[in-house]
Amino acid sequence: MNNDNRRYTFLFIVGTICVIYIVRLFALQVATSEWKNKGSRLTEREVVVYPSRGNIFDRNGKVLVTNQTVYDLMVLPKDLQPFDTTEFCKLVNLPYEELKEILKKSTSYPNVKYKPSPVIKQMLPEEYALFAERLYKFPGFFVQARTLRTYPESLGALVLGDVGEVNGDILKSHPDYRKGDYIGLNGIEKSYEKELRGKRGIKYVYRDNLGVEHSVANGQLDSAALEGVDLYATIDAELQKYGEKLMQNKRGCIVAIEPSTGEILALVSAPTFDPNLLVGRARGQNFAALAKNPLKPLFNRATQAQYRPGSIFKLAQSLTALQLGSITKDTRIACNRSLIGCHGAHSMDDLEMAIVHSCNPYFRGVLQRVVEANRDPNNRAKDAAIGLSIWNEQIRKLGFGSNLGSDLPNMKKGNVPSTEYYNKKYGVEGWNFSTIYSIAIGEGELLINPVQMCNLACIIANRGFYVPPHTVKQIGRGGTARTEYVTRVDVGVKPEYFETVVNAMEKVVGPGGTANSIKLSDIVICGKTGTVQNEPREDHSVFVCFAPKENPKIALAVYVEYAGFGGTWAAPISSLMIEKYLKGGTTNTGREELIMNAKILN
Amino acid sequence: MAASNKQKLQLDLGTVALYGTLVLFGWLSIYSAAYNPLVPSPFAFSEEYGKQLVWIGVCVFLIVIILYLDAEVFNKLAIYIYLFFVLLLMLVLVVGKEVNGAKAWFGIGAFGIQPSEFSKIGVGLFLSKFISSSGMQLKNLRTRIQAFAIIGLPACLILLQPDVGSLLTFLAFILVMYREGMSGNVLIAGFASVVIGTLSIVIGAGRTTYPYFGEMSSIWTFILSLFGLSILALIFVRNFVVPRSRRMLYSVTVISLILASSLAFSINYIVDNVLEKHHKERIYVMLSLPVEREDATYNSEMAKITVGSGGLVGRGFHQGPMTQNNYVPEQWTDFIFSAVAEEWGFLGSVTVILLFFALIYRLVVLAERQRSQFSRVYGYCVAAIIFMHLLINIGMVLGLAPIIGIPLPFFSYGGSSLMAFTMLLFIMIRLDAERLSIFR
Repeated sequence: MNNDNRRYTFLFIVGTICVIYIVRLFALQVATSEWKNKGSRLTEREVVVYPSRGNIFDRNGKVLVTNQTVYDLMVLPKDLQPFDTTEFCKLVNLPYEELKEILKKSTSYPNVKYKPSPVIKQMLPEEYALFAERLYKFPGFFVQARTLRTYPESLGALVLGDVGEVNGDILKSHPDYRKGDYIGLNGIEKSYEKELRGKRGIKYVYRDNLGVEHSVANGQLDSAALEGVDLYATIDAELQKYGEKLMQNKRGCIVAIEPSTGEILALVSAPTFDPNLLVGRARGQNFAALAKNPLKPLFNRATQAQYRPGSIFKLAQSLTALQLGSITKDTRIACNRSLIGCHGAHSMDDLEMAIVHSCNPYFRGVLQRVVEANRDPNNRAKDAAIGLSIWNEQIRKLGFGSNLGSDLPNMKKGNVPSTEYYNKKYGVEGWNFSTIYSIAIGEGELLINPVQMCNLACIIANRGFYVPPHTVKQIGRGGTARTEYVTRVDVGVKPEYFETVVNAMEKVVGPGGTANSIKLSDIVICGKTGTVQNEPREDHSVFVCFAPKENPKIALAVYVEYAGFGGTWAAPISSLMIEKYLKGGTTNTGREELIMNAKILN
Repeated sequence: MAASNKQKLQLDLGTVALYGTLVLFGWLSIYSAAYNPLVPSPFAFSEEYGKQLVWIGVCVFLIVIILYLDAEVFNKLAIYIYLFFVLLLMLVLVVGKEVNGAKAWFGIGAFGIQPSEFSKIGVGLFLSKFISSSGMQLKNLRTRIQAFAIIGLPACLILLQPDVGSLLTFLAFILVMYREGMSGNVLIAGFASVVIGTLSIVIGAGRTTYPYFGEMSSIWTFILSLFGLSILALIFVRNFVVPRSRRMLYSVTVISLILASSLAFSINYIVDNVLEKHHKERIYVMLSLPVEREDATYNSEMAKITVGSGGLVGRGFHQGPMTQNNYVPEQWTDFIFSAVAEEWGFLGSVTVILLFFALIYRLVVLAERQRSQFSRVYGYCVAAIIFMHLLINIGMVLGLAPIIGIPLPFFSYGGSSLMAFTMLLFIMIRLDAERLSIFR
């Protein structure tokens, strides 16, 4: 037939279409992975496996900070199906309006359909249990487990610190963090973030048509979450708790350090709060309330307060002047009360007794001998400028004006006035010794923070060195502290100069001393009271000490704001702390009760 | 079985093997796409794969019957079979069950029967009978009109359901008539219509600001271009064509211009004003034109992603994440090819296409070796119908054709489709088996 050749036209058409389809298949399947990737984005989900943060134990192995599991209720818009909103809202206890708002937000951005977003965050296990078994009725909703910090002992809020979710500001400065990660914001949580954090894991899963999640590629692409490292703090939980109790209803702080190691045994800032308040959903609300509180409980008085040290600074002045050779231990200076006020009956003390009596004119004289040493006989102002520089250099060796290399975050350095400082304040040669002499007795422009005060006690207890105060003694079980916290820092004062000061401090806590009342029969306490003037308000009550005199185990600085004379509040608190730490408690329950019940908040 | 009983029966085993391979491959794809982990057994008759096994069993039964029948039966009963299915198509409009907006199904208990699938057998047989009747010449206008009437009657009934997909597969018969002597201009005109229609939709979807007339549909740009082309054609004819042919070419050019413009206008009008919104959107999605609803692109997008997910060698049986997670709605029916593509990859998909090409090629070979014109025309009917389904269905899955719900032969889940194609094919195999006895 003449149409026979048309079979080839027919086959040509069929063949052409087949070739076109094969080319198209090649384009979709082999030439580009565009469509394959789109598919992966659809079916596979990256599940972040949050590592649990490291635990924090106290120096005796008691748990201070650990984790509890909480649940975030999430929604994945692409899986949503019409559901009974009334039942859902009732089930998860969420107002309908709020749910509507959340769903609107979770679906409004482009491509966000495939991204889960939180509906209710950080539900406690008991809250989750209420609706867990009925959640299957609501496709598109699922629950993601996370961990939250919990503080079984409810102590040390500021020294342990808190964690928060990473937000916009932190994301900018920490590129390796993602929104929703936890980060330590204060205390040990902040200083040891790197160790505690662990490593985020990622699990790739896809969900089958029953909603069951399966791992992708047998989990070969997954990365396991690495748990954070446990830390052993230097804190003694019992001592910390006791200190917080003693300081309740007062403003101030206690710093207790083991002198030989620089380990911080207790760091109390009062008023304090239960660290569990800054956990979970109530965190934001509680934080705002604490921030608004006029007593400033979020302010860590132990590390961030900068106080005038008062008479306790005379210890540092003594060591400095002795080392500079400006005085000897036998130097006597008249108690000339026309120059500066004093108290108590004494007239011509040597160094030791001047410390015991806290003689102001004596220490005015000491500083004068350091600063006005006739290095420039013709110009008193220049003489003071040279002298103050020498003094400043020496006294800084005692750790003042620095953060001591401590691991305490946000520690304030205080102010040790220098020649430059006064030049700026009064102009070059605009000042001389009589302008600045109040720093001789720890007043004036001098600012010291409580950790530095305690560190001074450590230096004296150690007779010449300190170890930077730190809060973590072991990183990981059986680990060590960071290397910088096992090296001694020499303060450049000869050991023999310490004997006079130590003996004087022993006498302070003895007959005729300003802290006689706290003398113990079995432990020799060496201390120094301070009373920082605060016109027109009540004085701050200050005490630094260490005990026992030989081979000291604990050094303390106690600062009670607006409480009056140092011997009245700060000293008894110190002695109770010492008894607690060395003997496990005091027999003087009357004193204990008196202090615990005292309310000094005017 | 049948062959052993009837000595003279010579089954074309190649075609039978291709059929068996396609049905098996098809069933495996359904088993994967519709897999329900709660009922993993292939014999789970509550699931699509279990049901399809039943249908395959029914098909074996039908094959046996067809092979036992005398080949003459199909020739003699062609008109009755045709009329029977036309009757069913009428009946379904009255008592049919409406599924997805089309009254195309007879509901029988849990099962449904789709008469439009079977009606192709009737049209194929009757058209073959008609063309092979003595004295029929498709060059003859009267014969052509009669042939179109035979195709047109069931086509109109299907349009009333309405089932655009099944209707389109009737275009297969134009290919058959081309083979039997109808002018090839039909194919050229058809191809030109597709090009003009596509361009008119693509260009007509936009709006242009014209001088003096202001903003109007961009279809006018297309019409103006057609005019411009015609003028160029006239100039060409005037200067480069021998004078005696000029008169005819002038009129051809002018008539073509009129036809093309009317086609462009009417397609544009139909898309904008006659088609239902979802049909318009499907066409727009295929042509990558912007659509208002994001959902409109969903099926097409998911199908393409599923195909792409397969890569070169595929994810493996029961391993395709898109297929196993039901991202393509009712994948086991019209989108079954995407499951093949994902789980067996490029190699598997090409294999399927080549299997289909081999089947169509084999059918052409069978058709051409027939001594009777009836058998030959029928063979082309079978080949062309399978081809049209392949063209539309795979084109749809690959995003090259709009989303039109027609099954992929032997692959898509559904008893009507599988039975209809099995009968269609095995009638041809039966006719072929007896080809040597004709004119003996």
